Amino acid sequence: MTTVIDVRHVSKQFKIHHERHQSLKERLLHPRAGSTELFNALTDVNFTVGDGETVGILGQNGSGKSTLLKCICGVLQPTTGEIRLRGNLAALLELGAGFQHELSGRDNVYLYGSILGFSHRMVDGIFDDIVAFSELDQFIDTQVKFYSSGMYVRLAFAVAVNVDPDILVVDEVLAVGDERFQAKCLDRISRFQQEGRTILLVTHSADTVKAICDSAIVLESGQLIANGSVQDALRVFREHLLDDVTERERADAPPGISIDALTTPSGSFDVRSGGGLHFDVDITAEGAVSGNFVMEVFTRGGMLVSRSDPKGAPVNLKPGHNRVGVDLAELPLLDGVYDVNVGVVDPMGNTVYAWREQAAAIQVLYDGREGGIVELGAAIRQA
Amino acid sequence: MTDPTPARVERRSLERAPVRVMSARANLPTRLRNLASRRELLSGLIKSDIKIKYKGSVLGLFWSMLAPAFTLAIYFMVFSVVLKNGYPNFVIYLFSGLVVWNLFMNAVSGATGVIVDRAGLVKKVSFPREILALSNVGAAVIYFLIQLFVLCLLLLVVGHAPAWGFLWILPFSFAALYLLTASVAIVMSAVTVYLRDVRHLMDVLLQLWFWLTPVVYSYEHTIAAALHRHGFAWLYFLNPVTLIVLTFQRVFYVSQTVLSTTAPHPVIHVLPTWPMSTYFYLNAGLVGIMAVLFLIAESIFGRLEGNFESEL
Repeated sequence: MTTVIDVRHVSKQFKIHHERHQSLKERLLHPRAGSTELFNALTDVNFTVGDGETVGILGQNGSGKSTLLKCICGVLQPTTGEIRLRGNLAALLELGAGFQHELSGRDNVYLYGSILGFSHRMVDGIFDDIVAFSELDQFIDTQVKFYSSGMYVRLAFAVAVNVDPDILVVDEVLAVGDERFQAKCLDRISRFQQEGRTILLVTHSADTVKAICDSAIVLESGQLIANGSVQDALRVFREHLLDDVTERERADAPPGISIDALTTPSGSFDVRSGGGLHFDVDITAEGAVSGNFVMEVFTRGGMLVSRSDPKGAPVNLKPGHNRVGVDLAELPLLDGVYDVNVGVVDPMGNTVYAWREQAAAIQVLYDGREGGIVELGAAIRQA
Repeated sequence: MTDPTPARVERRSLERAPVRVMSARANLPTRLRNLASRRELLSGLIKSDIKIKYKGSVLGLFWSMLAPAFTLAIYFMVFSVVLKNGYPNFVIYLFSGLVVWNLFMNAVSGATGVIVDRAGLVKKVSFPREILALSNVGAAVIYFLIQLFVLCLLLLVVGHAPAWGFLWILPFSFAALYLLTASVAIVMSAVTVYLRDVRHLMDVLLQLWFWLTPVVYSYEHTIAAALHRHGFAWLYFLNPVTLIVLTFQRVFYVSQTVLSTTAPHPVIHVLPTWPMSTYFYLNAGLVGIMAVLFLIAESIFGRLEGNFESEL
């Protein structure tokens, strides 16, 4: 596979001004004042993306995700290191950043197209597609300043995805627009995948990554801490999220809790569809803690099947060894392997005390003929 | 309804696609190549600049003529009617210098704040940033061409023939003017990001610069003798606009020596009495110097550009 994006030893430093002296008088009066501090937004980041891959970039706020994307798009220059790109790139960083409010939608389509690096002739060829996708035919000759924010974003998105990029870079823009337009955008992204285009997606939604990415990388304070399969990346991401939370809330966080093992009486997590499953969770606590027990079940494809009510199952942990039993009666799942995540959260359901990702894998056997992930057992009769 | 298992569409292989490298600082040839490859964006920005400027105004582009016409009228009144400088056809003398000065001033004062004003675009989209400054220069060139056209109409109406023999030197003069304007515009747009005062400073500086350029007065007639006596003439010619203005005046105003229109009609030396070859060598040399200046401006911009994001 051809390498399309090659990020080599990229670091980015920002100068942070503590006191800004931007007027001449201030600069003359305080030649050395206004101390600047260097902030490392990215530190020696290395990874490659192959042709046709969809890669997710995960990280908390301030982890350097957007800086990395901007470096890849050429908006920022890396302080050291280099990025090699093949093919043309369209970035959905900030939709409509290049729009001129005084101009009509039509003029802006051409202008935005040329800012993205596409010629007037190329935009001519796809102008109708852009208008159709944005659903703005009536308003295309209206000045953009009269557009609603939704219309604005729709037009920008329509230009960016219709200009035939080899690489599409998306930065959490899917959170805009109404639900129907979001679905349309996701649909367009999956079409891009089928067409073998390369997609780089920044998000902090684990669900989005599970749903559409082939692999993922995780950034933490500017450093690459995971690079590989979506499963691995998500595990690392969640663990670090947890570390961070416990660190920040150490003061009121309870003494260490660890989830040791999930066991079934038979030792096996195989279950027949419609049958019941009981398993025990061993938890070690250093002090007495009361919290709530939470369980999540995911498909191997990364879709959340069920999450228990985070306020529904109070547990009072004693210092030392504790055991929590979970009963799943009449499991309605269909054939497949399901991952179980378990954790303990505070009584309000706000803070995670302990978490275990993919603590067990349930293998469900199903003899029936329904398809999907859950058996509804619909009774269908002709009236 | 979408097809559940769409066939994988064959796309062109990227194996042979050219590799673009993005690193700390692109060298000058790369910068110039990038710039050249985005001509389409430049023309798009120039068009939108002009469109926005006159959007919703009834007279539209006509305004771009009205302001210079007004300036011309005022200077004519002051110098020819009130102060009675006695230059015959003073309107043409004035106009041929003003077209040059207007191009320079409009472009530079427009470009000075352009990166600060378009911070949203600069921080979000990738393109050679100097294009923003160059689009101001481009718009000024369009207004310049319109004014030049009006100047030609004026010559026709007045029945004043230009120096046809000198006409071929104008492209050199224009090239020098364009490169000078672009260089100053590019550097000023970047410097303003760091020092916001430069905007206001530039207004003052441009006024001073205007009076150091022989647009409303004649260099030969007024200060040449004094400067020569003290050996400062070279200092005056350090201002590259001077030579360009003199060339335009030589082409359109033509006469080096005229008889004053005011009694007792003395002889006035309005323009230097250089032969054509001198004009050519000076202008060609200036093009060379301005080309070097442009390269210097580009590399200064490249240096300053690296920190835009922490200043904007």
